[in-house]
Amino acid sequence: MTDDSLRVLIADDSGTDRLILKRLLKRIGHEVLEAADGIEAVAIFQREQPDIVLLDALMPQMDGMEAARHIKALSGGRMVPLIFLTSLSEAEDLARCLEAGGDDFLTKPYNRVIIEAKIHAFGRMQRMHDTLSRQRDMIHDRNQHLLEEQTIAKRVFDNVAHTGCLDAPNIRYHASPLSIFNGDVLFASPRPDGGMLVFLGDFTGHGLPAAIGAMPVAEIFYGMASKGFGAADILKEINRKLGRILPTGRFCCGAMAEADFKLGQLKVWNGGLPELWLIGSQGEPVACSSRFLPLGILPPERFDSSMETLQARDGDYLLMMTDGLLERQNGEGELFGEAGVRRTFRERREAGHPFEALLEGVEAFSEGARESDDLTLFCLEVSGDTGLAALPESATSSALAGPSEWRCDYEIREQTLGEFSPLPLLLHICMEVPGLRARSGEIYTLLSEIYNNALEHGILALPSEWKHSPDGFEQYYAERQRRLKTVGDHFIRFSLHHTRKPWGGQLRVICEDSGPGFDFSRHPVLGGGERHADWPRYAGRGLFLLKRLTKDITFHGKGNRVEIVYDWKRPVAESDDGAATDPGKQRQ
Amino acid sequence: MSIQTRLADDGETLVISIEGRFDFSTHQAFRDAYEHGESGVHRYVVDLTDTTYLDSSALGMLLLLRDYAGGDSARISIENCNSDVRRILSISNFEQLFAIK
Repeated sequence: MTDDSLRVLIADDSGTDRLILKRLLKRIGHEVLEAADGIEAVAIFQREQPDIVLLDALMPQMDGMEAARHIKALSGGRMVPLIFLTSLSEAEDLARCLEAGGDDFLTKPYNRVIIEAKIHAFGRMQRMHDTLSRQRDMIHDRNQHLLEEQTIAKRVFDNVAHTGCLDAPNIRYHASPLSIFNGDVLFASPRPDGGMLVFLGDFTGHGLPAAIGAMPVAEIFYGMASKGFGAADILKEINRKLGRILPTGRFCCGAMAEADFKLGQLKVWNGGLPELWLIGSQGEPVACSSRFLPLGILPPERFDSSMETLQARDGDYLLMMTDGLLERQNGEGELFGEAGVRRTFRERREAGHPFEALLEGVEAFSEGARESDDLTLFCLEVSGDTGLAALPESATSSALAGPSEWRCDYEIREQTLGEFSPLPLLLHICMEVPGLRARSGEIYTLLSEIYNNALEHGILALPSEWKHSPDGFEQYYAERQRRLKTVGDHFIRFSLHHTRKPWGGQLRVICEDSGPGFDFSRHPVLGGGERHADWPRYAGRGLFLLKRLTKDITFHGKGNRVEIVYDWKRPVAESDDGAATDPGKQRQ
Repeated sequence: MSIQTRLADDGETLVISIEGRFDFSTHQAFRDAYEHGESGVHRYVVDLTDTTYLDSSALGMLLLLRDYAGGDSARISIENCNSDVRRILSISNFEQLFAIK
């Protein structure tokens, strides 16, 4: 027998007809099974699983039509061609044969050439069907396998990326459960000073290649954010890393936002994502369009992580989205687009939440169109009271060992003032003190208040009252950038001194800058002189904050040297160690 | 989708024209367009007159061409974009890397 050989079942009550057909089929190389009526045909079919069935239409016991229905039902997903043998010639009768499940018919008397050709053709069709079924099953298995792999990969990714503070009460977001395999990533982390950092990214491509770059980005983001690094530094690091690990042509469109709720300030950066939107209770929404190349393209020396600074009030919303939202289509194939976003904001009811409005808007628009869930939408409400827990105390277990008696002097000078923030480094040093990590937020706030005062007012001589009007606010940050570029031979010198105390410890910080100083003896908050609403240094909330957090604050020299004393109490297991507890104050 | 290449009259500019959608399905054809090109090519023009759509993998392919053509010293111009295509190029700020006309 050849490869084309088939097992053919012949069911015919006429022994003569059966014999003729059998000889004919054997001669062309097929194996033959025989049945004399419908019931026998069904039984043999079930037992022998032949490749093709030739059925006489009219038989005793069970006729061909009936047998055909049984056989079709028994063959399941397998394709078994069923050919009726008939001397009927009425078109209606022939049609009934096909309706009963027949695939074709052969009319008696038999023509050898036609029989051979038909059986050959059906054999070919059957092989094709088998191949397709096999491939379909294989694709199904592979796909199943891929989905399992993705689920595992996703679990690993979630352990690395975790949800950060995405569950904070002032955050809302929409992302598909496996969005990572669409290349979308969304991270949010609290900052040590009580602010928040958010990163939304969209990697080129889909599937694992898109997901793989997300791991290091998550590590960098969460690692650096918890150490107090700002958005600009984190962006530089992400860009450097992606540039190194991603092949040319692969990159990550992304946007970063750094929120300072105390100052009502948002710093944003957008490299390749759709416009970010700041939506206030009054006035037009403000768009921040992409001004930079995506991450992972430019070499570190050409990468620009300049942040745009926006003023935001309590109750304002920041919206960030990936282009999946803009690319949603309606039934006519039109895109939702930027126009759709703007239209939604215009039509939004006053009280409506812009996040809900936008999601509803895009759903209503694309209703009836093919469902695709590859959009990520994020919304942050600017709110002084975020209810955020402090940073996770990842080091508590090792908190017993570490330096508690130490001094450290650190000075940064000249252009470095404009390029580098010493705060993460100083915070890191302080966090080595056993037990002090629980205070990282306060320490960061102290350090950043005195550092920013020294830099912005002491050295750059920026008047803080500018920050009180929207125009001045922009002017302030533009001017800050400009003056930093030509800062000259200035310096800021930190001297940190930690000692162990019976109740915990004491951190002294002296910060001196090379600026002209100010007449602190007449400062309203410091006790002397008349009240000045617009005092040149430490005018705003900064000094109140420092006074509240520290045991003591003193100015020395011509006002360019500030010293703070910060007492901290070692947490006792049974005591209520709320954030409001201040050991320094308790001892006064 | 189809990609045509021709050498411009100056003999050193390769013009690559993309018709239809410029996306991942064009990947191999686009690479072939410049990798097996004639020697003596110093400039590239990517002509998008008949390009209806461009996605982020096309942006990746443009970066590959830029790399092939010498990175920062590459001389590539992207020409005749429709408004949708131009919008995508400008969201990604590709005018910092390519001459977009």
